[in-house]
Order: sequence, then C-alpha cells, then structure tokens
Amino acid sequence: MTRRHVFFAAVLLVLLALPLFLDKYALGIFVMIFFYAYVGQSWNVLTGYTGHISLGHALYIGIGAYATTFLAQTFGITPWIGMLVGGIAAVLIALFLGFLGFRFGIRGVYFVIMTIAFAEITRLIVSHVEALGSFSGIFVDFNPSFWNFQFRGNLPYYYISLGFMLASLVAVHLIEISKLGRFMVAIREDEEAAQALGVDTFRCNMFAIAISAFMTSLAGAFYANYIYYLHPNSLFGMALSIELILRPIVGGLGTLFGPVIGSFILTPLSEISRAYFSKGGLEGLHLILYGILAILVVLFMPKGIIVYVKRALHPILGTTNAE
Amino acid sequence: MDPHLALQLIIQGILLGGIYGLIALGLSLIFGVMGVINFAHGQMMVMAMYVSYWLFILLSLDPYLSLVGAAAAVFVLGYLIQATVVNRILDYPEAMQVLPLVAMGLILENMALLFWGPDHRSPQTALSLQTLWVGPVMIDVSRLIAFVLAIAITILIFIFLKKTNIGKCIRAAADNRTGAILVGIDVDRIYNTSFALGAATTGAAGVLLLPLMPLSPHMGHDFTLTAFIVVILGGMGNLIGALVGGLILGLAESVATLFLPATLKQVVSFSLLVVIMLFRPQGLFGGKK
Repeated sequence: MTRRHVFFAAVLLVLLALPLFLDKYALGIFVMIFFYAYVGQSWNVLTGYTGHISLGHALYIGIGAYATTFLAQTFGITPWIGMLVGGIAAVLIALFLGFLGFRFGIRGVYFVIMTIAFAEITRLIVSHVEALGSFSGIFVDFNPSFWNFQFRGNLPYYYISLGFMLASLVAVHLIEISKLGRFMVAIREDEEAAQALGVDTFRCNMFAIAISAFMTSLAGAFYANYIYYLHPNSLFGMALSIELILRPIVGGLGTLFGPVIGSFILTPLSEISRAYFSKGGLEGLHLILYGILAILVVLFMPKGIIVYVKRALHPILGTTNAE
Repeated sequence: MDPHLALQLIIQGILLGGIYGLIALGLSLIFGVMGVINFAHGQMMVMAMYVSYWLFILLSLDPYLSLVGAAAAVFVLGYLIQATVVNRILDYPEAMQVLPLVAMGLILENMALLFWGPDHRSPQTALSLQTLWVGPVMIDVSRLIAFVLAIAITILIFIFLKKTNIGKCIRAAADNRTGAILVGIDVDRIYNTSFALGAATTGAAGVLLLPLMPLSPHMGHDFTLTAFIVVILGGMGNLIGALVGGLILGLAESVATLFLPATLKQVVSFSLLVVIMLFRPQGLFGGKK
C-alpha cells in the first residue's frame, strides 16, 4: 500500500458514499459527470493515445442507443445484451472507417473530415428509416426493472455511471501499460518512425479505433435508458461530437485522468450555467463560454489542466511514474 | 423521367453550385496560404447573413446592397480571429489546430443563437419570389443574380490576387513563408488579411444565399461541410478547383433529388467526398501529391 493507493481508495469511498448527502438534482449532475468522463475516456483512447482525431464519435453513441432501444422495443431483448450487439455494430463500422482511413493513408484533417462524413451519413439515413422513428425519433418505453436497464430515481444511475467510469479507467490503464498502448503512443508521436521500428501501425490503429468505438457505444445504451428519448440530430449530430471532446481536451489529452478531471470541471459548469442562463433567455451562452474556455486551454495550457492538478497533489501522490 | 424536370434541376444545380464555389473559395484561400482548415467557415458565413438580414429589417436595405457591408463585417471578424487565435496555432500539430477553430465555430453559432434566437427567418426581398421562364424552364431571378454575382466576385478575387500588391504578398507568403519574411513582408499581417479575405468571400456568398433559403443559427456547420467537400473535390488550396468543385457538387446534389428525397441529397455529397478522398486525395484537378 503506497500513499497513492490510500489516496485513490479514499476518493473511491467518498464517491461511493456521496449519494447519502445529495438530492435528486445533484445526483443527476454527478451522473452526467461520470457519463461524460466515460465518453471522453472512450474518445481519448483513439485521439488521445494514437493522435487520430475523430470529430464523429457521436456516431457510436447513436448506434449504441438505437441498437439497444430497437432490440428492446421490437424483440424484447434486454439492454444488457442489446448494448453488446450495438457495441459489435459500432466496432464493425469503426473498422470499416479505420480500414479506409489507415489503409489508404487518409491522415490529419482528411481523417477528421471522414469521421464527420460517416456520422453525418448515418444521421441522414437513420432520419429516413421508419422503423427507427425517422425524423421524430423514438420515445423509449419506461418499464423500470434491472432487466430492462431502467430505474426509478437517479440513485441506480449514479452507481451504474460511476461503474462505467471506473471500468473505463481500469481498461485504459491496462491499455496504457500494455505493448499496444506503448505502440499507440509511438504512433501519436511519429507514425513513420514507429513503422520504421517495426510497429504494425495499421493493426494498432485498427485496435485503437475498435476499442474506442465499442466503449463509446455502451455509453449510447446508457443514454437511451437514462434520457428515454432518441433523436437522430442530437444523437448522431456534430454538436454531441464536439461536446464530448471538450472535456478530455480541457482535462488533458492522452492522459488517464484527463477526461475525468475535465468532466469534473466542465460538466457542473455546463449543467448549472445551462439552467441558469436559459432561465434568463440566454440559451447558448454556456456553449459560448465553453468555446472560449477550450480555445484558452489550447492556447495557454496545451497539456491540459491535469498538469496543475498533478502539481497540487504532488505532496500526497509523490512522483508519478505513469508519464 | 421528365426531361424538363431534369433540365430544370441541372440549371438550378449549376446556379447553386456557383455559390458553393464562392463559399469554398474562401476556405481554399485560407488553406492555401496558411495550411489551416477553417472549421468555423460556415458559421462565419451565417454571421454575414444575419448582418445582412439585420440591415434588411432595420433599414429595409436589400441584401444585394448590404452585401459589401456584411462582407466587410465578416472581414473584420476574420482578421480578429486570425490575429488573436490562428496566428498562435500555426506551428501546433494538426490535431491542436483543429480544436480552436471548432470551438470558434461553436462560439459563433451560439452567438447567433443568443442574438437572434432559434427561429427560422426568410426575409421577403423584392426579388425573392420573381421567376423567369426560358422556354420550358423556370429560373428564380434571385438564384440567377446570385450565380452571376458569385462568378463576378470570384473573378475579382483572382484579379486582386494577381494584380495588387497585397495580392502578390499573399501569394508570396503562401508560396514560401520564410522567403516572404526575408524580402520584408509582414507575414503576420498578410495572414490576417488572407483569413479576413477568405471570411469576407464566404460572407458575400452567404448574403447571396439569403433570399434562397431560410436563415437559422444552426445552418452554419452544414455549409462548413459543404465547403470541405467542394475543396476536397477541387483540391485543397486550388482556387479554380474550388469553383469547378462547387459547380460539380451543386449539380450532383440537385440531380440527386430526382432519385432521392431532398433531405437525403447530402448522403450523395458525403459519399462523393469519401470516394474522392480514397482515390484522388489531391482533388480532381490537383497534380501529383
């Protein structure tokens, strides 16, 4: 037991006990914090570690949400299985996108535009499929039970979303210390050099995009059974794709705790300011603040806020070896 | 298939394509000079449209008259964006260049939402419902004017880049940054001007679109994507390619409505985009990569 372990155990205990002291509204904010930390982490796997920017990650959330809901409402398949089906569908699409991108050498900005194109094509197609509710979307039937992944009140969602976030931390930590993770970082730093040293960059890129898509799609299943309404524009749209990348960027791209720190800072800010500003007829103002914050972070703290958090926690944690 | 309808759609597509070309010209200029992809391009265009709309409502100034004013407003906006943000990120890795401009688009889009609200607005200008019959084909007058002006502005930009001193400086800075600095060009200022010029171009295109489609704060990113597609069709940084790419895309989208519901026409353009990126990443008219 090092001091780090004690510290993390203490944080975990606080998070586990926290709902005792929170009302429904505050619980809801924490659900969104964990949700966006999880989604940000999923995106971070691809963009943070391998450096290929995806601006179409809403695609995988949408697929997870629609697949889970469609299977549940049409065939009565439990979301616990449906989300795996959605995950596999997301992985297949991601592998197709990845194959085109990585095999044909579509890099940098071209890759970004291709991820947007895939999300937009899917959004438009889903908007025209009658069985998926076309333009008007799907209202998810509410039958609370564990089997249906639906619950009364926010408490179960709190623990499920916390579980998602912790699982993503463990998963990404395992990737980070694995050979694959080292290769991914090598690709980010210099893809050609990595290739020259014998790294199978195509394989690593494909693994990264598949893992990232699978993780992201599970968030879609959670979203469907938390919000209870699916709309193609909000689930596949670029607004969500932008929203979900802001937290890892602000927190620290390509770091394990960056997305979590970013979400703990931005999500409460967004939830509270959204409620506060739209009451005064100032809807959209919170997104302007977001945009300004993101620009300032990129200009003045390109390594993210995690640098400062680490410095502040240095007396407790000691030197970190996972740099 | 009704041949008249097909002809009608072809003509409409070409006319709209001229405006697409103008939007993309700005994007291509910005990329050609600074190597930066302007992810806030459509949102800047929407800003110009709102300025023009405002002048129309407050002073009942016809959009064709307020075109210069709206373009000038976006010129200033573009100048400021380049001077405050983009000049600082030119040496960043590509990943970090994308994000500030995406954030800029988010800011502009929501400023439009904040100032003008989420409603769709269609100003009824003097010419907006006038039509012209050429044989069996019906042409909207405002669409025709938009096309003619778009081509005229494109030609003006070319002349500006070829003949004026600033234009020559812009081309020099695009060609060789270090060389331009060595011969005494204030490259930062030339960059500001180039970004502003690209912004003004898309702003002018937006004003031309104003009589043709309802205005809303969220329409910007669709046009950012349209501009990307056109520029990739024509080749990044290739200005004539932007114009031809615009015509091709306008035509493709318009003819696609013969076979698909109009709301699906973008599927055609996005698929076109992916195919072009796979097989001719340098664009249809680019040389070897």
